[in-house]
Amino acid sequence: MSVPRFWRELDTRYNLIGSYCKITNTYHYPRRSFNPEAGRDSIGSMEDYQFKGTGTVVTATVVHQAQTGYEMFGPYCMAIIELDEGPRITSQIVDCEPNNVKSGMKVKSVFRKLGEDSESGILHYGTKFILSEKTNTEDSNEDTIENIEL
Amino acid sequence: MNGIVSYGAYIPSHKIETGEIASVWGADGSAWAKNLNVYSKSVPGPDEDVITIAVEATRIAMKRAKLNGTKIGAIYTGSESHPYAVKPTSTIVAEAIGATPNLTAADFEFACKAGTAAIQTCLGIVGNKQVENGIAIGVDTSQGAPGDALEYSASAGGGTMIIGKEKVIATINHTTSYTTDTPDFWRREGQKYPRHGGRFTGKPAFFKHVMMCGKMIMDMAGSKPEDYDYVVTHQPNGKFPIRAAKSLGFTEEQYKTGLLTPRIGNTYSGAIFLGLSAILDIAKPGDRILAVAYGSGAGSDGFDLTVTDEIAKMDRSETVEDMISRMEIINYATYAKYRGKLNMGDSK
Repeated sequence: MSVPRFWRELDTRYNLIGSYCKITNTYHYPRRSFNPEAGRDSIGSMEDYQFKGTGTVVTATVVHQAQTGYEMFGPYCMAIIELDEGPRITSQIVDCEPNNVKSGMKVKSVFRKLGEDSESGILHYGTKFILSEKTNTEDSNEDTIENIEL
Repeated sequence: MNGIVSYGAYIPSHKIETGEIASVWGADGSAWAKNLNVYSKSVPGPDEDVITIAVEATRIAMKRAKLNGTKIGAIYTGSESHPYAVKPTSTIVAEAIGATPNLTAADFEFACKAGTAAIQTCLGIVGNKQVENGIAIGVDTSQGAPGDALEYSASAGGGTMIIGKEKVIATINHTTSYTTDTPDFWRREGQKYPRHGGRFTGKPAFFKHVMMCGKMIMDMAGSKPEDYDYVVTHQPNGKFPIRAAKSLGFTEEQYKTGLLTPRIGNTYSGAIFLGLSAILDIAKPGDRILAVAYGSGAGSDGFDLTVTDEIAKMDRSETVEDMISRMEIINYATYAKYRGKLNMGDSK
């Protein structure tokens, strides 16, 4: 990723800055200049909003074949998270046994390294999530389909 | 009077036990743990470094003080493991707390006392009314070479002190420093691991500077050890700070709260910040604290503090003890993976 491309989105990645539509009273992440639901009327009615950084796991999976740059995490958990204000985002959930992450669990944001361009390249920082409550590791094999909200 | 407006701490949630490290090198883990008085040390995750730890600690401090970023006029980060050789940690922290662009920022390096040098700098610019509040951060993710004595203690963590003049939770009544050219510990440019002078790091280095600075700050304050409720010094291992505190005339009751190294290892620039944070987590109005940092190379910064009534109004959740209690043990293989000690060849 080019340096300016990441730099342009620093506040979105560092501080979960998205948008709030005053017409439909809805929140959006990442930032939008207009709201498709409200159409042209929303132009000029969108304002920046910093999300609280708390949410709920909608669904989660464990990645065993780590993507480039994430080899040292493997296996790791990726999840779709519904922020308390409504938008859903995809994020890694860290500092936990990946198999323990289940839908419905509460999470909160943390500031972490997202990656790097190369050993000598720029470092990318931003938001990941951790579980709000410590989980019982004995539950790690309870991966039942009933727990997954489709 | 100027002083600490707020504070925050951060310790990674993984730890490795001394015995586990010793078992890899065929050493006696019990003997190492007892000799160093270090039984486990914190380990940062693969996505944690000085910048992420500094941001997390600073966000806690900002939340406690209910400050927004526009009230911050300076950020100085002291560390010997900044992720960049050229590009400041402090600007990233500033962006992450919404303090940009109207502030000054810089990174400091003075081995383990770079963070307290940042506190003194903030005191200066707050004192001359150049800024309303300044942020001083002490943080490290230092490493010891595999098999070296440092590997048993070098850990990760850090803390933030917001220095200002309004709603001060602890006044900084006096500060002073004691500095010499003492080559007890160093890391050359481009080298991954530091080197040290073995026993030379003790008497002519740590003890000489901490003792002299401790005496100087008490002379300056006109105080005696029994006037303080708490004392915290730099803690490269679990033994040096106890010996220094006792030599200065302090008791276990005074030093035990700020002594964290036996459980989290040596957090280098973060050590004095974390020890002080553990004290502020439980301190009551009127309590007096003596803090003496030490950085190899070498120097000590001393602080005489008095806790004010403001501390009783502060939300002091997310304590250092909470962070220590949530730490989970990992084995050496995971530690090696997290700390980049695996040679991945061309596969990475």
